Amino acid sequence: MKETLSKKETPMIIGAGIIIGIIAVALVYFGNPANMGFCIACFLRDTTGALGFHSAAAVQYIRPEIVGLVLGSCILALATREFKPRGGSAPVTRFVIGMFVMIGCLMFLGCPFRMILRLAGGDFNAIFGLIGFIVGILAGVFFLKKGYTLKRSYKMQPIEGGIFPVVEIGILVLLIAAPAFIHFTEADGGPGAKHAAIAISLIAGLLVGALAQRTRLCMVGGIRDVVLFGEWKLLLGFVAILVSALIGNMILGYFNPGFAGQPIAHTDGLWNALGMALAGFGCVLLGGCPLRQLVLAGEGNTDSAITVFGLMAGAAVAHNFGLASSGEGPTANGKIAVVIGFVVLIVIATVNSMRKSEA
Amino acid sequence: MKTIDARGLSCPEPVIRTKNALASGEKAYTIMVDNVTAKENVSRFAIHQGYQVSVKEDGEDFVLTLEK
Repeated sequence: MKETLSKKETPMIIGAGIIIGIIAVALVYFGNPANMGFCIACFLRDTTGALGFHSAAAVQYIRPEIVGLVLGSCILALATREFKPRGGSAPVTRFVIGMFVMIGCLMFLGCPFRMILRLAGGDFNAIFGLIGFIVGILAGVFFLKKGYTLKRSYKMQPIEGGIFPVVEIGILVLLIAAPAFIHFTEADGGPGAKHAAIAISLIAGLLVGALAQRTRLCMVGGIRDVVLFGEWKLLLGFVAILVSALIGNMILGYFNPGFAGQPIAHTDGLWNALGMALAGFGCVLLGGCPLRQLVLAGEGNTDSAITVFGLMAGAAVAHNFGLASSGEGPTANGKIAVVIGFVVLIVIATVNSMRKSEA
Repeated sequence: MKTIDARGLSCPEPVIRTKNALASGEKAYTIMVDNVTAKENVSRFAIHQGYQVSVKEDGEDFVLTLEK
């Protein structure tokens, strides 16, 4: 079968980006925290807290968006025969990288997806985040060009690929049943208390998960592919989300430009940049941003499922050890952890770049 | 004909390996990948480099033939 360039690809990813931007703004309208229609890092952190793996009372809630993203991707992948259980590409390394990606995100207070939404809300602190993010991606690209690889994955049994989506369904059941051992932030007790109705969040997640699966949307892939190959497709998705959410925020009066007093954000430019640099670097080493890891996990990629568990472990560590920033700014422990993160990622990247590729 | 086995590799490694291989400037290459995303990405890159790409499904894998 002869391959041709699909003319639909560009309009599709721009269209998906526009829809995702609208959904993100709508989620804030329906009750999510400001500039947090979606935030994969924050939502995994809230879910981790709800399950009792950390005890930061302000950020505990099972976010149905996460469940929806995984299942939306899973359902579409099953329908299009793209559900392929795979795994075995350096899972422990991916787990550790995932932990430090989360620590970087919680230094900045948002994943790359929320960084876009913060920019779209007029939070200029996210500009420092974006600068750091680009620098981090360039660091990852440097190692990719040196031959960095976590080696190949292999085919797995269907059940192995199916476990993660089933776990997500289990987590959703825990949210709906709300047994006493699940922790929920009390009303007015912090960001964890702000959320859209379960059905709205779940449907939003399902839609975005399916769109992201179809278009391969990835926040880190956009900048990475432009630098590596001059390939703009993924970056167009990133830009479309930004423009669409920006317009949405302006229409609803959510656009408040400035540095001070931004919702769930701090004004320490250096550490905003360094946090996102760590996240960007780690995401390139993983092959995709936290959103993309959820989508891949939904497609049966167990390495991505392990990465998501790593992100959650990172969230637990970040709150248990006092590493996560707050509106007041970063913590001393958090700064140390980010520096350690750079050292660990550089070692991982170097060691995995040294073997000459067998291609 | 040069053959690249990019099966199982994370994004964007299949495209990087293809790019590195194309640098040798041969007329034809065979690239093996195991997922639709990599198939699309390698095809797009090769077409932009002026190659004609044909794809054959081999069980769970895709075999791409690049010709100039």
